[in-house]
Amino acid sequence: MGTLPQNQAALDRRADAQARLRRAGAGLDVRHLPSFGFGHRSLMWWGTVGLIVIEGTVFAIAIGAYLYLMSRSSHWPPAELPPDYGWATLNTGLLIASLLPAYLAKRAAEALDLPAVRRWVTAGSLASLLVLVVRVFEFTSLNCTWDGSAYGSAVWMIMGLHTLHLLTDAYDTLVLNVLVFTGPLEGKRFADVSENALYWFFVVASWLPLYAVIHGTPRWT
Amino acid sequence: MSGPAELPPTALQAAFDRASADLAFPAPDDRPPVLNDVPPSAEQESLLDRSWRDPPGLLGALSAINHKTIGRRFVLTALGFFIAGGLLAALMRLQLARPDSQLVGPDLYNQLFTMHGTTMMFLFAVPVMQAMAVLLVPLMIGARSIAFPRMNAYAYWVYLFGGLMLYGAFLLNIGPDTGWFAYVPLSGPEHSPGKRVDFWAQMITFTELSALLEAVILITTVFKLRAPGMTLNRMPLYVWAMLVTSFMVMFAMPAVMFASTALITDRLVGTHFYNPREGGDALLWQHLFWFFGHPEVYLIFIPGLGFLSAVIATFARRPVFGYPAMVLSLIATAFLAFGLWVHHMFATPLPELGKSFFTAMSMLIAVPTAVQIFCWIATLATGRLHWKTPLLFVLAFFAVLLLGGLSGLMLASVPLDLQVHDSYFVVAHLHYVLIGGAVFPLIGAVIYWYPKFTGRLMSERLGRWSFWLAFVGFNLAFFPMHHLGLHGMPRRVYTYPAESGWQALNLLATGGALVLAAGMALFFINLWRSRRHGEPAGADPWGGGTLEWATASPPNAGNFCAVPVVHGREPLWQAATEPVAVAGLAVDRREVLVSTTLEAHPDHRLSFPVPTPWPFAGALATAALFIGSIFTPWAVVWGMVPVAIALTLWFWPRRRKTAEDLALETAP
Repeated sequence: MGTLPQNQAALDRRADAQARLRRAGAGLDVRHLPSFGFGHRSLMWWGTVGLIVIEGTVFAIAIGAYLYLMSRSSHWPPAELPPDYGWATLNTGLLIASLLPAYLAKRAAEALDLPAVRRWVTAGSLASLLVLVVRVFEFTSLNCTWDGSAYGSAVWMIMGLHTLHLLTDAYDTLVLNVLVFTGPLEGKRFADVSENALYWFFVVASWLPLYAVIHGTPRWT
Repeated sequence: MSGPAELPPTALQAAFDRASADLAFPAPDDRPPVLNDVPPSAEQESLLDRSWRDPPGLLGALSAINHKTIGRRFVLTALGFFIAGGLLAALMRLQLARPDSQLVGPDLYNQLFTMHGTTMMFLFAVPVMQAMAVLLVPLMIGARSIAFPRMNAYAYWVYLFGGLMLYGAFLLNIGPDTGWFAYVPLSGPEHSPGKRVDFWAQMITFTELSALLEAVILITTVFKLRAPGMTLNRMPLYVWAMLVTSFMVMFAMPAVMFASTALITDRLVGTHFYNPREGGDALLWQHLFWFFGHPEVYLIFIPGLGFLSAVIATFARRPVFGYPAMVLSLIATAFLAFGLWVHHMFATPLPELGKSFFTAMSMLIAVPTAVQIFCWIATLATGRLHWKTPLLFVLAFFAVLLLGGLSGLMLASVPLDLQVHDSYFVVAHLHYVLIGGAVFPLIGAVIYWYPKFTGRLMSERLGRWSFWLAFVGFNLAFFPMHHLGLHGMPRRVYTYPAESGWQALNLLATGGALVLAAGMALFFINLWRSRRHGEPAGADPWGGGTLEWATASPPNAGNFCAVPVVHGREPLWQAATEPVAVAGLAVDRREVLVSTTLEAHPDHRLSFPVPTPWPFAGALATAALFIGSIFTPWAVVWGMVPVAIALTLWFWPRRRKTAEDLALETAP
């Protein structure tokens, strides 16, 4: 996984702890094991991946419903103009760019580097707020309403679902941002930062097929 | 003893010191931790019990997060809904006992069958299976706790509030009335004005949210908290069944949540997902609903298969024959279950070729089920049977589910399905499948594991009476429905004319239903009575082979003071091998051992959260948001504020607890 700290002292300590994980008669002594871990070693990673699988299924089903409605319709969009792609494309670029602070925050967390965590989590918070602002303009340029036709309903549902994810992860990031400055901190919080970045990767990655569907299908069919 | 005080200060700790230098910490709780020995001393046992116990009093009850407390509440709540759903069914049977009956009017009858189906599917069958897993899985895998215990409490409260909301609406005469699968256009804004369907759709949001969270919790528990040595290949079959079920939940339930959300927006803010006049499509609902609905049958039924494997092994006094075949069959069933949904839609204008595919898939899924049945028969045939009530209930599966499965194969063929679609034949089929496949095994499982949580056995004599009444009553109630369906009686009619000729069989079915109800009533009386008057059980009353029987009945609040080390599939049926247990986990605070996913090597120690009322408050806020949104879409906006506040206070680390954790901290 490459998620272990690249710090020689930590590696030595880990090797030492494993050497001391001895079979002392009837007891398997675990007192020297570490008290947190990153990646698939941590419970928080599994919880986050579980949510990603669920939310990914939701997005897949939303796309499925959109394409199903499209397959039932002779014109797509039925009467409306396709959504303007200007703001949406700008925001797609911003989302992709926001992967960088998320990645750096994750790397800093896994190296237990608190100053870097503070820096990059703050950058991530700002990026998510910026993306949310541009998202407002995206909503104004959809060229359809949710109650105009089933097409509009599907577009707004997809946009609404994704925006809900943006909102929740932006809020999570802000809470973590405050926490890394105020404390109280312990090792597990670095795992929280790392998993929050993982979730942001998902929020960005899930947008790309949604963008392709919303802006592609009305133009290519 | 090398306490953490002796560890050299790490870069991490230095970083924390810097980070917190400007904060006025209260005196940190850095007393040295007490670690367990093997075997643990009595003092360590009582320390462990104290540190994992839920706090006393009303606030303590609302703050409880111990998986046994939440699991017990969860099971009892689900059984409470089972009783409520059963009473509704009894009322329907009384109405149908004779033709032209005036006991219940058509409007109330519509609510009765909708509430019955909704209760049994969404408030009983799926939740009770997850609830049993919340109770049992941590004990069966040798863990001190379930993963994410606060999330577990939140999931329970959300489920409870969803169920109470639905029954509150029903008692106010705004109970849903469009059937448990709420087909559009009937359930759409034009044909069902008012709030009835909205309550139904929001009930879906509550229960599916709860079920999805439980799925993540159970998967994480199974993958990360197994006792050292319990490789995936040594996991009890019941745990495998719940693991497979949890994966199915993650892929099936989003479909119904999406469907019901779209239904609500159609009804409340004028979207057109299901409105054909504006480009929507009514069949979209059926596709989405059954993409969830068919796997749902299996996520009720697969935990039942897990119960069977656990009970049969113990009462045949041998491991279940063909462990790899059993596991692979569970997984195959889970995959195939996602390829069956269209067989609920054979009466709609879909391409005939597509229907043939779904017929073939529906036949194919019988294969893995048959593999498991033959493995159990081999186990029973070569074991020394111990005829106790749990085994009786479990064996009823073979008779009842077999009939349900056979009528299922009939329904899987398109021409026959068209003939009996929406008739009582389908009612008979689904009750044979669900009661045979899930309810009988569940009751067997409750009787089997009851002593673990109460310290007492349920009465064997009452148990036998309840079994035979339920078994005979069930067949009398539901077998005639096959004939009624073949004779043309449609489901969901509130009455029928005398000249239809359906009178005698309906009367017989009602008689059978009353006998079944008597059997169930005896079971519940037995459940209630035995908790005080039952025979004391001891740790292992049945001679079981899995880990839950290694700990006391009822277990220590922390389950295992010395976490067992596992050397085989039935650890209690094997000679003790060293090392027998884990030493060096703290007992005076909530520490658990996390192991690797496949091989269950010890990986790290983790400090678990302490009880808090915030999951309860978060669930209340969530309920306010969901219920408010039935009346105004703006509830989604303002309702988010209290949810965010509650969830933040739930997450925000407390200084005292952090100081305690830092006393145990070792960086990886």
